[in-house]
Amino acid sequence: MSRMLVPCHVKSTVALQVGDMRTSQGRPGVLVVDVTFPNVAPFELLEITFKNYYTAFLSIRVRHHTPLHTPSKWVTCLRDYCLMPDPHSEEGAQEYVSLFKHQMLCDVSRVLELRLILRQPSPLWLSFTVEELQIYQQGPKSPSLIFPKWLSHPVSSEQPAPRLEGLPDPSRVSSEVQQMWALTEMIRASHTSTRIGRFDVDGCYDLNLLSYT
Amino acid sequence: MLQEESDLSLIIAQIVQKLKGSNLYAQLERQAWACLQRPEVRLESLKEDIKEFFKISGWEKKLQNAVYSELNVYPLPSHPSAPPEHLKEPLVYMRKAQGSWEKRILKSLNSMCTELSIPLARKRPVGEQKELLNKWNEMGTDEPDLSLFRPVYAPKDFLEVLINLRNPNYENGDSLSFRTHLGLIQVPLKVKDIPELKECFVELGLSTGQLGIDDSTQVPPELFENEHVRIGQKVLLQQDSAAAQQYIRQGSPTALRAELWALILNISSQPEDILYYEQLKTNVIQHDLLVDSLIYKDVKLTASNDDYYFVFEDYLYQVLLCFSRDTSVLGHFAYNSASPPKSYIRGKLGLEEYAVFYPPNGVIPFHGFSMYVAPLCFLYHEPYKLYQIFREMYVRFFFRLHSISSHPSGIVSLCLLFETLLQTYLPQLFYHLREIGAQPLRISFKWMVRAFSGYLATDQLLLLWDRILGYNSLEILAVLAAAVFAFRAVNLMEVTSLAAAEAVLADLSTLKVMPLLQIFLFATVT
Repeated sequence: MSRMLVPCHVKSTVALQVGDMRTSQGRPGVLVVDVTFPNVAPFELLEITFKNYYTAFLSIRVRHHTPLHTPSKWVTCLRDYCLMPDPHSEEGAQEYVSLFKHQMLCDVSRVLELRLILRQPSPLWLSFTVEELQIYQQGPKSPSLIFPKWLSHPVSSEQPAPRLEGLPDPSRVSSEVQQMWALTEMIRASHTSTRIGRFDVDGCYDLNLLSYT
Repeated sequence: MLQEESDLSLIIAQIVQKLKGSNLYAQLERQAWACLQRPEVRLESLKEDIKEFFKISGWEKKLQNAVYSELNVYPLPSHPSAPPEHLKEPLVYMRKAQGSWEKRILKSLNSMCTELSIPLARKRPVGEQKELLNKWNEMGTDEPDLSLFRPVYAPKDFLEVLINLRNPNYENGDSLSFRTHLGLIQVPLKVKDIPELKECFVELGLSTGQLGIDDSTQVPPELFENEHVRIGQKVLLQQDSAAAQQYIRQGSPTALRAELWALILNISSQPEDILYYEQLKTNVIQHDLLVDSLIYKDVKLTASNDDYYFVFEDYLYQVLLCFSRDTSVLGHFAYNSASPPKSYIRGKLGLEEYAVFYPPNGVIPFHGFSMYVAPLCFLYHEPYKLYQIFREMYVRFFFRLHSISSHPSGIVSLCLLFETLLQTYLPQLFYHLREIGAQPLRISFKWMVRAFSGYLATDQLLLLWDRILGYNSLEILAVLAAAVFAFRAVNLMEVTSLAAAEAVLADLSTLKVMPLLQIFLFATVT
């Protein structure tokens, strides 16, 4: 399945907090990231990939393209997807994640805008976010080949040639030859990846000091 | 469903790619060609008939063992966007810490090189080569002057690095909170607690027979031992790696242990392997490395002084010197957070065609490294077999004990697991030791880094290493360390200084490993 990257604009994160942010202590546990797609027509979402950075749970809401004169609403397409099984520990904290169309709760065929809601309930982390966010849509389908009619629908009205005595059945022979050909093609295509095992360069292993880079 | 299928095909493709370069692939090909002569193989069902032949002749089992071995050793394929460093170690701050630690080691090695005016590598003159070849089997009789050499680092230096490991995104404030780490390790890795460990090590439970407990002289052998030996012989006959790994969780009979370990590690000594070892021996004879002196020094300081292992001194040189020339070890750096040190041929600094790894296997030995090999000398007597087993044990397990990573079997997780177990299940002891300035990890770290080699009696150590192989994890080392503290808790509560605590725990040679583990996991009232 081919996929195509959709150029997107990721807005800066907005923290959701109750009360006055300057005087209240503690860090926000919910962040919202808006993703817009300027200059792109409403598309069918195929895949979302990103690198996690200490986000524990992810919800995604999507705004669809609707016919004119009907207001488009936000619909939740992913609810509380768990990225870190234990929010207090490092498991899953910096993993690369992919989310696919079939995991979404609603139809994502005419996406206008996305909203990612990140939650990190543990107070132990100083910050959390998602990085390297990439959205993919369905790539262009390869043009379907049109076979000439006689190739795809062979005429079956011909009489089969009379079988000569003592010779094997031609259809059996052709299938065996096909199998052999396939096997030889496979053997030809494979190659080993063994290393040679030499550590020196042309017999010389006279070294400088170890390098730090 | 789609995702799982594509994951599975990715794993299959990865394993096939790995196995294609192996000896087994060439052998299977040869066998397939040879079996075309057989009458029962017909052209129209060629694929099925060859598969049937493999099943009957035992080659399918060998392939199964190879696939099982790959699954055990290599991590699953990661996300397509993940760079290779991510596979080595997913957490960025740990990668950075490992990088700085490596830089320190390189600086230390470089300064030793310049101070002593000894080159990192030197081609031996022909006379010296002949001399070394003659004394290959008795290198221990050599008494070179090693007084100027010092080990590159010792476990306690590494412990200081781990103590200072910090996650920059973690609340490391001074105020005590519900998650303050009272031990030495300050990173919040996920470790198992006793209920999870009980599930994981279920075969060590009270109602399952164990070698190390149920083979003692008071227990009649008909109850467990005879049957267990019989099953072991059957497993060896079947030559099935997965079955052997399951079997050895209950311990291995001494007579079968060498073969069982070879089966689990998927080592079969083919002529190619013997040739490979001879090639490494030639490399040792041709080039003299600075690392060789470090190995000599380490063997003289540790194994030669040990009552159990000094007889194997010559074997240790034969294995470790060849190990440093073995470039196939470089493959394990794909999943090890460490990276091999690099250098350039003299005069060609910066030119990539003249870049080499130093030492050729990328592993710089530290103080106590030879203790990883010493216990294996009891099991294997041909140098090439001993070598193969050690190399496989290193690239599966031992490398994790001296590199900084977040892996559950990595040394950082083991330290945190030890401290958490002690703090949760022996809180009074933990508090007392902390108060007198004797953080428990300072005492148990050296046990875990060496996988208890040199601290336990050899038969007990081999029973412990049976379980490491059986569970494919090093977590049992942390559990044993906690169990030892639990066993000596009464004495430890009475000490008033770190030195006194060390004295209580100085001698572990009388301990019986399996009863300690069983009591700690399954019989302690919490």
